[in-house]
Amino acid sequence: MVKELERAGLPTSHVCSIVPISKTVGANRIVPSIAIPHPLGDPAKSPAEELAIREALMETALRALERSVPAQTVFEKAES
Amino acid sequence: MPGGVRVVHYLNQFFAGIGGEEVASHPPRWFDGARGPGQLIARLAPGWEVVGTLAAGDDYVAGNLDDAVPELLAVLREGLAGRAIDVLVAGPAFNAGRYGMACAALCQCVHDELGIPAVTALYPENPAVDSYRRHVVMARAGADVMDMRDAMQRMLRVAAARVAGEAVDATSADTITAGFRRNYFADDTGARRAIDMLLGRLRGGAPVTEYPMPVFDRVAPAPGIGDARKCSIALVTSGGIVPRGNPDHIEAANASRFGEYSLEGLDALSGETHQSVHGGYDPTFANQDPNRVLPLDVARAFERSGRIGRLHGSYFVTVGNATSVERAKRYGADIAVRLVNEGVQAVVFTST
Repeated sequence: MVKELERAGLPTSHVCSIVPISKTVGANRIVPSIAIPHPLGDPAKSPAEELAIREALMETALRALERSVPAQTVFEKAES
Repeated sequence: MPGGVRVVHYLNQFFAGIGGEEVASHPPRWFDGARGPGQLIARLAPGWEVVGTLAAGDDYVAGNLDDAVPELLAVLREGLAGRAIDVLVAGPAFNAGRYGMACAALCQCVHDELGIPAVTALYPENPAVDSYRRHVVMARAGADVMDMRDAMQRMLRVAAARVAGEAVDATSADTITAGFRRNYFADDTGARRAIDMLLGRLRGGAPVTEYPMPVFDRVAPAPGIGDARKCSIALVTSGGIVPRGNPDHIEAANASRFGEYSLEGLDALSGETHQSVHGGYDPTFANQDPNRVLPLDVARAFERSGRIGRLHGSYFVTVGNATSVERAKRYGADIAVRLVNEGVQAVVFTST
């Protein structure tokens, strides 16, 4: 699905937990997330910490969209 | 099949009888003897002995392959306590993505580190096939557990051949080919074979090839948007977050549709308004707070602070659990057309 969105000209950040699958299938902008049942959160953390985690992941996803990439790229957490 | 073969079997938490999704983060564990579908091994391959069963939770392994696979190997060594085995078989994992990744990664590691054959059985569309086919011997399995007996039989036949030191027969219906070419001496010259192929076509026969071309479906990256502050961004997810009650009845697995739902007037998702219908992970955490899968709260905050120009007024969702590649491509293409028509410039796509 991510590839079809990119094929239509929409840059797409794939925020996902199993990065090897995303790489194999061919997503171009990959943002590794926290865990399979809670990719953009962490129930073990306080609500404030969890929100900060989610903000950081979204910020990374946006930076991945803003940049042009020559080929498949994995974006680790953005520097704040 | 030759008798006297000592085998270790790998299973996920479900097939090993440890539990369901609620224990998907279970660490590796050793059991003496066969568990669950492992009991088929001695029946289908008389004389084979299941020395033990290695098991772990789907999330535990697939969520962190780099650390979990060496850990599995350590638990395997400990469980064997010096006993020798002839082969490890893993699965069948059918079309289960996390389980397939675990089976294939373990097989590669066991083969490379212990020097013994290791075989798994997967459905050809399992994402682990393309990730590992060049490194792991794979038998062919059906899409789901209905094929357990036959898939196990195919896996054991392939394993028996590996134990006997035979090369994998790429022409056998039992195997998924690794994509390697092996040289051989043909009886006829290339010229004669080419003419034979041509004559076959002229007689109305189906096209044949000696060299099937690999399919590389790669998409060139779309150009970056420059500054998200000036753009309209949409949220899309394969994580199964739908309005409570699942109005379009999106299936928990093998989804036959996607949904589009309005975000107008919503500042965040909550367990009151939305739920997960994805059948491939424990939905407890997503149901408590669906923003953990579809981050509307942060997207809205970013829109208010100006970090993004505009959040698109609806989101798209399907369930990416054993959903076929063909369907997923169609959903992606349909969603893309709608988003482009609505003036959206980029997408944040979340997967579980």
